[in-house]
Amino acid sequence: MPTATNPNKQPVIQDPACQAGSDAELRFQQKVDNDLKIEPRDWMPEKYRQTLIRQISQHAHSEIVGMLPEGNWITRAPSLRRKATLIAKVQDEAGHGLYLYSAAETLGISRDEMIDQLHSGRAKYSSIFNYPTLTWADIGAIGWLVDGAAIMNQVPICRCSYGPYARAMVRICKEESFHQRQGFEILLTLSKGTEAQKRMCQDAINRWWWPSVMMFGPHDEASPHTAQSMKWKIKRFSNDELRQRFVDMCAQQVKVLCMELPDPELRYNPSRGHYDFGPIDWQEFHQVINGNGPCNRERLSARIRAHQEGQWVREAATAHAAKQAAKLEKQVA
Amino acid sequence: MTNQQNWPLWEVFIRSKQGLDHKHVGSLHAADAGMAMENARDVYTRRQEGVSIWVVESAHIHASNPEEAESFFDPANDKVYRHPTFYNLPDSLKNM
Repeated sequence: MPTATNPNKQPVIQDPACQAGSDAELRFQQKVDNDLKIEPRDWMPEKYRQTLIRQISQHAHSEIVGMLPEGNWITRAPSLRRKATLIAKVQDEAGHGLYLYSAAETLGISRDEMIDQLHSGRAKYSSIFNYPTLTWADIGAIGWLVDGAAIMNQVPICRCSYGPYARAMVRICKEESFHQRQGFEILLTLSKGTEAQKRMCQDAINRWWWPSVMMFGPHDEASPHTAQSMKWKIKRFSNDELRQRFVDMCAQQVKVLCMELPDPELRYNPSRGHYDFGPIDWQEFHQVINGNGPCNRERLSARIRAHQEGQWVREAATAHAAKQAAKLEKQVA
Repeated sequence: MTNQQNWPLWEVFIRSKQGLDHKHVGSLHAADAGMAMENARDVYTRRQEGVSIWVVESAHIHASNPEEAESFFDPANDKVYRHPTFYNLPDSLKNM
């Protein structure tokens, strides 16, 4: 098949990586460069497919595991309004997981395979969910900081080159903004409460701040796949760019709460037009990623138990469907 | 690891409001059509995004082949006269 050429576009500059590739690869990169979306049945490089499967499935797992720390507080939410909101939020996370699993499945991996990868520890999920939710204020801090960081990461993915992922992200981002606002509202309420409530608010911010800053992943120089992901337009901004935006945003927002971010080195740097901030404890990050965070085992075992305890429901639904189908067939006959 | 015994995949189409077409929104797994309908409601219309849902088993959809898109859609390529802007008419002509 001849290569489709658009006379209005500049010819693609051939870089060595492309020259080495096949015609198909060249056409693929041309599409990406021209901001055309790649759809499930279009040709794509195997590494593009694998990168997306890994990224989307990890993202889906994060949504699903992310229900656990918050679910912990549903029964103890301080009012009916807070409880209804928290249930809705956790339900949204489940929905986000489902959108993303579906998007990953379009790349040729099955749902069961992904779940198996999560349960066997081969697939990762966001390290943030391996921290415990000790007080009600943690639900506020998660909404403000964790969902805030997630939104910062996710908004650019709405323009990802892979169509199904981009479309799922559009839906997710729309829904996430309520999550962040409800979180901030919880903290705002506490920040205007009793001394004990203020302390609780500050304590939650102290514990969630650095893990949230780490959510953007390693520094750019330690992130070897960034260049390729940016070339493929899976990623639009580097980890450090997004992290800086997040710090800038929170450094302003925390003032509304009359609280502090736990970083003595945090200060506005007029020469950069950004906030400078202190060093990140990467040892902690790697410890948590590699399974040694405070709640890694608890989270994974809760997921596995839920899956196993749902087995009879899945079997019953399958049996019911088969029975109904047989009945229908009999009626027709 | 136990599995879902391969619940089929369903494509979900939603009419966002009366008078509009159903539009594809995504997919999900379900054991049968009834379950697909309820799951579609819970997954895709939590904020009143729809007034009507269609679900269809993905296996029943036939799709055109992207590899052949160029030749497949070729017949329309050279028929610009199917568009109203093809016809040069004087500006004095109104309401056309």
